[in-house]
Amino acid sequence: MRVFVPISVGGWDRLFSRWDVFAVLLIIGLLVFLGEASRHLFQPLVDLQRSPPSLDPAYLPEYAARTTLRMLIAMALSLLFTFTYATLAARNRNAERLLVPLLDILQSVPILGFISVTVVFFMALAPGKVLGAEFAAIFAIFTSQAWNMAFSFYQSLRTVPTELVEASRNFRLSPWMSFWRIDVPFAMPQLIWNMMMSMSGSWFFVVASEAISVGNTTVTLPGVGSYIALAIQQQNLRAVGWAIFTMLIVILIYDQILFRPLVAWADRFRFDQEPGILVPESWMLNILRRSRIVDRLTHPFGALWRRTLIGHPSDSLATIRRASQPRRGWIIFQWGLVIALTALALWQSISFLIEGITLSDVGTALLLGFYTLIRVVVLIGLASVIWVPIGVWVGTRPYATQVVQPIAQFLAAFPANVVFPIVVSLIVAWKLNPNIWLSPLMILGTQWYILFNVIAGASAIPNELRAVGANFRVRGWLWWRRIALPAVLPFYVTGAITASGGSWNASIVAEVASWGNEHLQAAGLGAYIAQQTDAGDFHRIVLGIVVMSFYVVLINRILWRPLYEYAERKFKLG
Amino acid sequence: MSDALLDIHGLRQTFPKADGGELLVLDGVELKVSEGQIVGLLGRTGSGKSTLLRLIAGLALPSGGTVTYLGHPVNAPAPGIAMVFQGFALFPWLTVLENVQLGLEALGLPDAEIRKRALAAIDLIGLDGYESAYPRELSGGMRQRVGFARALVVHPNILLMDEPFSALDVLTAETLRTDFLELWGDGKLPIKGVIMVTHNIEEAVLMCDRILLFSSNPGRIISEIAVDLKQPRNRLDPQFRDLVEKIYVAMTRRGPSAMQTGSERQITFNTVLPRVSANLFSGLAETLAAAPYNGKADLPVLADELHMEGDELFPVAEAMQMFHFAEVGDGDIKLTDTGKQFVELGMDDRKKLFQRQLLTYIPLAAHIRRVLQERANHFAPKSRFLDELEDHMSTDDAEHTLRAVTAWGRFAEVFAYDDDSGAFSLENPS
Repeated sequence: MRVFVPISVGGWDRLFSRWDVFAVLLIIGLLVFLGEASRHLFQPLVDLQRSPPSLDPAYLPEYAARTTLRMLIAMALSLLFTFTYATLAARNRNAERLLVPLLDILQSVPILGFISVTVVFFMALAPGKVLGAEFAAIFAIFTSQAWNMAFSFYQSLRTVPTELVEASRNFRLSPWMSFWRIDVPFAMPQLIWNMMMSMSGSWFFVVASEAISVGNTTVTLPGVGSYIALAIQQQNLRAVGWAIFTMLIVILIYDQILFRPLVAWADRFRFDQEPGILVPESWMLNILRRSRIVDRLTHPFGALWRRTLIGHPSDSLATIRRASQPRRGWIIFQWGLVIALTALALWQSISFLIEGITLSDVGTALLLGFYTLIRVVVLIGLASVIWVPIGVWVGTRPYATQVVQPIAQFLAAFPANVVFPIVVSLIVAWKLNPNIWLSPLMILGTQWYILFNVIAGASAIPNELRAVGANFRVRGWLWWRRIALPAVLPFYVTGAITASGGSWNASIVAEVASWGNEHLQAAGLGAYIAQQTDAGDFHRIVLGIVVMSFYVVLINRILWRPLYEYAERKFKLG
Repeated sequence: MSDALLDIHGLRQTFPKADGGELLVLDGVELKVSEGQIVGLLGRTGSGKSTLLRLIAGLALPSGGTVTYLGHPVNAPAPGIAMVFQGFALFPWLTVLENVQLGLEALGLPDAEIRKRALAAIDLIGLDGYESAYPRELSGGMRQRVGFARALVVHPNILLMDEPFSALDVLTAETLRTDFLELWGDGKLPIKGVIMVTHNIEEAVLMCDRILLFSSNPGRIISEIAVDLKQPRNRLDPQFRDLVEKIYVAMTRRGPSAMQTGSERQITFNTVLPRVSANLFSGLAETLAAAPYNGKADLPVLADELHMEGDELFPVAEAMQMFHFAEVGDGDIKLTDTGKQFVELGMDDRKKLFQRQLLTYIPLAAHIRRVLQERANHFAPKSRFLDELEDHMSTDDAEHTLRAVTAWGRFAEVFAYDDDSGAFSLENPS
């Protein structure tokens, strides 16, 4: 068992340690990175158009830095959103009734369709400045990160153990203090896991959000995403390769210096109090923890932060007061507000849609949505047939698990749309049918969720159960039917839900692909949304988004949710 | 005003029921706590004693009556009332020191004083050297010491303890009790009074100056027992044994009591049933029938012999009484003729006798059977009965009661239940 001595009570025998050297270098590096990446923000937009992006790999480090910065800013915004939205939903009964279903729907809205709708708005916020386009890109990335984080935080807030809540009330912690001391720490491990998922997911949208073109407006922000877009336009496979390589490096770097330390640090927020079997390690965190300079630099901030958490001296009994009941008028006002907003939204959307949409448009969208539905179902089925047996095989062998599991997780983090051009160039070269061969692209990036969840499930089968299987010589199909498949079902369903949701989203970029002047297209709702975006037809973009959200919500409600509940109830081990 | 630390008057608590009615869990509680007392609240699970503790702590608001602390009504967590929890309620992400400091930080004290007082409390409670450990690195006993230090560090006037030793093993619990009593006796604890909830009769006699006995459903104080023995008390002291016996008698007394006893207490459709397996039934019946009991036993002696606490033994005794296999009263349990017959039978005949008693004396079982017989497909969803029960008891109690009757029904082969479909049926897989 490892015990970390708090740094501040450690010995002060030497002023500097080797850890300090690393720490200082890292901090300086970080500052330079931030400065470099944000230098261009206040450039006029014209400058940007004067110096178009270049395919020279020498620019890639700068592009990568700017892309990463966008993602990090979006992540910060997502956290802010998470802490406010989810807290409101968990604390206020009335708000909860509206906010939770809203979040559930937002989760299902195809974000790629969003971008075109929001870009115009943000460009108008800072006319003529790069800042406006940056806002639009960051907002697009934000929408791909925020929902699942907020959802996880909300669920954590709802499950804080009663005794902890009672203890915090008994010791009269202020709401602000108990939020930071109890709610946030309790939610932390789950939240960090979701942040990692969000970060991986958002790569997918970076590529789409940096080269924004809606109708006649085209803005290209310097970044890895626009670099890839340009490479595709110029049919430069070499440049695509460089971009993939850069992304690999970037993902490795932020995994090592951001998420690894976070995961290792958050280990102490695990609620089950048993000593963990595998304690996550991070060299970065070790450096920060052991460096005295970091300790000295952060100490004042830490102390300042702690002061805000400290309650107000109030020892007199006079402070005991009945918790005020919400006034009747206030409740009526809240309900009035909700009803008014809903009515407004309803009127807005109906009049908006009626204006430019006919019933046959709706029919078309529904039909195309059905095509995409078939694709998603078939692909999830195929991926399951392939990956479930492999996942079980790997998961029941500890050594194989150690090797394969990190690879599967990495593949899930890797934005699959980066390799699209390669596949598309092959389809073009071999003249394959796009209706069939573009489809696998949808699941290229999302199938890994099935694999690594199944591996996790299979490796969680207790040794005793496996021994029983061996003891009674349960083999072959019987073994799969009675032992392996039931044991991994809850895990499989979790993976399949993620994979299916991701595939719907991916259809917007996967059903339409281009390679230079060659444009491939499959019949489907994704292609429909992409097409209407190119045409700048807002009515049909919105229609496409609504129909796709409808399908996703429908599938979640009638298939995945019942299946998940069933698996949880029946096959949960322990 | 008297020197009462705490004055509770006419306290009652209800919870809303599924059908919109109210479920009474605590009724007419009167209690005065003076300085220097340890008051024990003793009763069965579900007697509302933990609810009472939470009302005193200001964690919940009563439906009626008042809690007055030092002359002020308590309707929010009050300064000067600190609590020790059954499950420790430590924050796993805070070290021992940080856990202890938490309450002081909430008071807004200066850093230096927080540290000084926290270290003093850690020292007092015997946690020296563990300051930087995280709770998960500690044993259960050490964790509860942190719970005590965290409560004591704010120098509360009243210390509330919610079954503080029940999650610990026997030896550890005893050590902690002794240490606590020693510190209390030497006046080293910065507290003026203690209120502790327990279901362990010996623990109550060992620690408390006054013991309040609670009845169940709804929780009422049925009697108060003063313990005048000098500390440290000896469990083997005849006076100690007498008190334990006296409490057992009080808890099994006919009429309104901690246990549902006596055949005059009619078991109806709405009676909350104890979840006792048929195996426990048979086991206790066999033990009672054999020497040295020969059909009749003193409950405290039996509890001691079987290494069971009163709270574990009572439900079994109560269930046996419901089936008319035994009679309970005045601290004794006695096998009936049916009970003796039950012991002598083989497995199949036992099941038959059990079935007869179940259908005769447990109205809920008979009801389920009747509904199933009346329906053409002999099939009824669980929710049907659950909804009926919830009109008369809390959701939890309804769930427990239905589970109890399901287990008995399965044992007696009166009806079958399939958890996947959540349905009762008359069919048994053959």
